[in-house]
Amino acid sequence: MTALTERMKDGLDAPICITWELTYSCNLSCVHCLSSSGRRDPKELTTEEAFRVVDELREMQVFYVNIGGGEPMIRRDFFDIVEYATSSGVGVKFSTNGTYIDAATAQRLAAMDYLDIQISLDGADAATNDAIRGEGSYDTAMTAMRHLKDAGFGEFKISVVITRHNIAQLDEFKAIADEFGAQLRITRLRPSGRAVDTWEELHPTLDQQRTLHQWLLGHGENVLTGDSFFHLNALGESLPGLNLCGAGRVVCLIDPIGDVYACPFVIHDEFLAGNVRNDGGFAAVWRTSNCFTELRGPQSAGACASCGSWDACQGGCMAAKFFTGLPLDGPDPECVGGDGEYALASAGAIPRPSGDHSKPIAVQLGRRSNA
Amino acid sequence: MYHLGMDTTQPQITEERSEDVSDAEAVAEELELVEEISIDGMCGVY
Amino acid sequence: MLDSPLKLHPSVALRPEPFGALAYHYDNRRLIFLKHPTIVDVVKDLEQHPDLQATLSAHGIDEQQWDNYDKAICSLIESDVVVAR
Ligand code: SF4
Ligand code: SF4
Repeated sequence: MTALTERMKDGLDAPICITWELTYSCNLSCVHCLSSSGRRDPKELTTEEAFRVVDELREMQVFYVNIGGGEPMIRRDFFDIVEYATSSGVGVKFSTNGTYIDAATAQRLAAMDYLDIQISLDGADAATNDAIRGEGSYDTAMTAMRHLKDAGFGEFKISVVITRHNIAQLDEFKAIADEFGAQLRITRLRPSGRAVDTWEELHPTLDQQRTLHQWLLGHGENVLTGDSFFHLNALGESLPGLNLCGAGRVVCLIDPIGDVYACPFVIHDEFLAGNVRNDGGFAAVWRTSNCFTELRGPQSAGACASCGSWDACQGGCMAAKFFTGLPLDGPDPECVGGDGEYALASAGAIPRPSGDHSKPIAVQLGRRSNA
Repeated sequence: MYHLGMDTTQPQITEERSEDVSDAEAVAEELELVEEISIDGMCGVY
Repeated sequence: MLDSPLKLHPSVALRPEPFGALAYHYDNRRLIFLKHPTIVDVVKDLEQHPDLQATLSAHGIDEQQWDNYDKAICSLIESDVVVAR
């Protein structure tokens, strides 16, 4: 840990990157959706309120916002908000399932500055992808990518959440990215949102994690990970990245109704720091909320204190621990030393995420039925 | 807010760690005036 | 670089932080921490002086540290945050 990351643990005057979910509405019902999206929330920010959020980000000099949802392109004012942000000096990357990127839209997107796009894909073939994201979603994503390529958008990103079922396809994902002139971005599955119920069956096995670590060491230069696999650093050689839980320190989430959470993977009252609609707006939440102040304070290693790998892995992901019922000062459920599995056996009750915006009949892979 | 293990009777690992770093290393790090981070190198963004 | 006339790239924004500043380059999207208040002052002020060493002496920086500042400025040139003028 460098002196800089030590300072970052104490928090910065403003986040480096914010995730901003514009809507809980989504045309898909992915079984691992981190925000349990499906239906719009009637309290979602209006266009005017969204513009005020952008104004605040500009004043705080947040240079980069990661827009998501739900499916953000469902909002009728999607382009208004994105254009307002980029013209205010707040660069945008948005995550989409690709449904609303037709040829004309791809051209419109390609003409915009300070804009980056990330298409979600969770399998290198239709069967693997659609089991997670729903029937037809593979073809939808591929069509959107084709349009972006044809429109000359340039290097967009393909975002893959690594599961037990797609981890053997890393090379195929890379080939798809190369074919489209895109950049591959793979991230860790956290047991957040609907994944609270599906994580157990979807998360990679310990052997698969070891293979992934090796693969990343070999391909690290060209593949992005959002530093999401830092718990794998306990296997020995460190992956590039800050090796830091960024929650409330360098990142946070603004959800569709303006609630501010420590990170997009912890949508739960325990990590709710405030709302952008309150007095003082987002800046007050970031700078003075009790929740963020506590996250920036010294953290104890707890049960990890006696582990020789603590420096390397920092005990892993707070969200992963929280939503598997593990104490936050202890091993990650996917601890590569096996301590997490051991801890899971005696884990406490699993907290439920705060809002469930799932459509009444969602795809429910892996949900244990009581029947 | 969830209890984050701020029990002060527990040894703080960050403090322990700084003792591991030799003085020379610590000084070298302080003197480094600039440091680049990757915009994709932060956990907590999807 | 000590005798080069330099300036901050016009597409770079500096955001104040408790320990210095965060520099963001809008064109190449690189993010760089300036980890000390004096390097921030120097970078902001480069354009007001004939060259780097004039900037350093104007800020009262000890000559023993010039190499270190030179190194930092070189890496900022590499990332296009600082450019020749
Ligand atoms: S016991 Fe804790 S510190 Fe050690 S490897 Fe597991 S999660 Fe990391
Ligand atoms: S809670 Fe987990 S996903 Fe969120 S920033 Fe921390 S380590 Fe990353």
